[in-house]
Amino acid sequence: MAPPSQIIKISNAVWEIPRSYKTGMRVPARIFATEKLLNQMDEGVFEQICNVAMLPGIVKYAMCMPDGHWGYGFPIGGVAPIDSQDGVISPGGIGFDINCGMRLIITNFTHKEIEPYLQKIVDRLFHSVPSGVGGHGVIKFNRKQFEQILLTGAAFCVKEGFGVQKDLDRTEERGCISGADPQKVSGRAIERGINQIGTLGSGNHYLEIQIAGVNNVYDKTLARVYGINREEQVAIMFHCGSRGFGHQIATDYLQTFLRVMSSKYGIHLPDRELACAPFNSPEGQDYFAAMKCAINMSFANRQMILYHIRQAFSEVIGKSASEMQINQIYDVAHNTAKLETHIVDGFPRKLIMHRKGSTRAFGPQMEGLPEEYKPFGQPVIIGGSMESGSYLLTGVTSGSASFYSTTHGSGRVMSRRAARRMFRGKEIQKNMALHGIYTRTASYSGFAEEAGPAYKNIDEVIEAASEAGTCRPVVRFTPIGNIKG
Amino acid sequence: MPYKYLEEIATADIAFEAWADTLNDLFIVASDAMVNVMVEELDTIKKAESKLLRLQNMALDLLLFDVLQEIIYYKDAFRLILRLDNAEIKENNGEFRFEGTASGELIDPKRHKLSADVKAVTFYQFRLSNREGIWNAHVVLDI
Repeated sequence: MAPPSQIIKISNAVWEIPRSYKTGMRVPARIFATEKLLNQMDEGVFEQICNVAMLPGIVKYAMCMPDGHWGYGFPIGGVAPIDSQDGVISPGGIGFDINCGMRLIITNFTHKEIEPYLQKIVDRLFHSVPSGVGGHGVIKFNRKQFEQILLTGAAFCVKEGFGVQKDLDRTEERGCISGADPQKVSGRAIERGINQIGTLGSGNHYLEIQIAGVNNVYDKTLARVYGINREEQVAIMFHCGSRGFGHQIATDYLQTFLRVMSSKYGIHLPDRELACAPFNSPEGQDYFAAMKCAINMSFANRQMILYHIRQAFSEVIGKSASEMQINQIYDVAHNTAKLETHIVDGFPRKLIMHRKGSTRAFGPQMEGLPEEYKPFGQPVIIGGSMESGSYLLTGVTSGSASFYSTTHGSGRVMSRRAARRMFRGKEIQKNMALHGIYTRTASYSGFAEEAGPAYKNIDEVIEAASEAGTCRPVVRFTPIGNIKG
Repeated sequence: MPYKYLEEIATADIAFEAWADTLNDLFIVASDAMVNVMVEELDTIKKAESKLLRLQNMALDLLLFDVLQEIIYYKDAFRLILRLDNAEIKENNGEFRFEGTASGELIDPKRHKLSADVKAVTFYQFRLSNREGIWNAHVVLDI
């Protein structure tokens, strides 16, 4: 699908759709992509990002990252910097899976050392980290504990013995965002989420055992800072979010916002999925406090999965997690709205940064980074398709052009149904085994939907993200074991 | 099958269109279209447990939205996968009321061929209409 004819080339990897393209646009839309990726984007991306440009209070540009694809409301890969004083907050700009994100773990094993244990570890994790439709966690929390999780996130899990302080130090927001208010969350959301802590979900959520190949370390110095210092070193990467809990909060508040958006606040937008309310309104603040509960739930979910990873390795290999140096490198989300201060036209402005399918990528010395990473920038974790590879990157100073936002994955090019028609889950599994990747899945049709060719080429997406100055690659990982929801 | 999946909308999610001669049947067909995204063979869902669903909304399309969300709620909160057996929609003073029975059972990965998990109904291109006597719903599900 060709992009709109009015699109202007700003640089090799930045394109602009002017305000004149669509009535109601308050700012231009900017797309970060190479020409090849731009031409691969479906028409929904261009329409949706221009709708985002209509949100009250949007500053400078509505942006779409190189992995952008047709979503609902925002495109996946959509970014909206919105003024916190006179702008809005929109659940559609965050996504239903609030704080969905990536966590990357390193071990001291090499590929050869882990090979004899690989299948057992994957099998063990397939049971202890439930995936697929209706998965409930192995470790249950009562209502009181769940409320503590909503208030304190991964910190609650660490306090209960399911992790170490360093896990928190190396998590965005230290695994606990302040200002969460469980009173703003519906009983339904709690009922949907209370049993889902420690579960992966389905769709594109996964847990993968990976290798940092010798030729795939692009910055050896920085890789060493992350603990990557052996040839063919084993890492674990996983992708999941706030499960049904976050979805229910988004659904609840979309309905609230639809009731007040035009009648109370006089805001009119072309898509109900963009329903919003002024950030400083009672409805906007209620949603912000409820959304923070989902942020904390999601951090706790990933913390419990890390706990199960350490347990699985310990049980199968017979060593403690600390002996095996199973250490977290970082945890970063790609579906959030957070208050951040950015320099806009030379002046600092407090913005409510909406990122839906876009990873925050802070540059060196920025506030909020772990001290040990501050000189280098924020680790950025990007998952590719299960058949290709994934990346660890770092935020860069030039990221200011995208409000320190970058890609979140490789981005789909084929619909789920088309992929299911084209591929067979069992055949893909066999083929992956031939390439040394041992897999388990809760659903073979779901597995077919996630076939490698259903996604853009991850290397091209990373190249575009780097070319656009949003981040810089440090290590490329290739999979050897995969659990798919 | 009175529903079809639309491949070219919302690449990472799933869209469908459902149609029926009556509004009551449309609610049943649309809910089956959604459950069929999660369980590939609907006939494998036994009617072991029933729930009476009563919902109301000022907008007819949002009433369908609520019914679909209700089925998602039971799936996540109780691991219950439900199908609508019957549906009755009535209008009273501008308010639409739904009453219907949904039956199903606990999710059993050994018997149910499970596919993608539906996590939410979106408002994106969400439409309910009557065109020349045929009721039609257009729905995009979040996966």
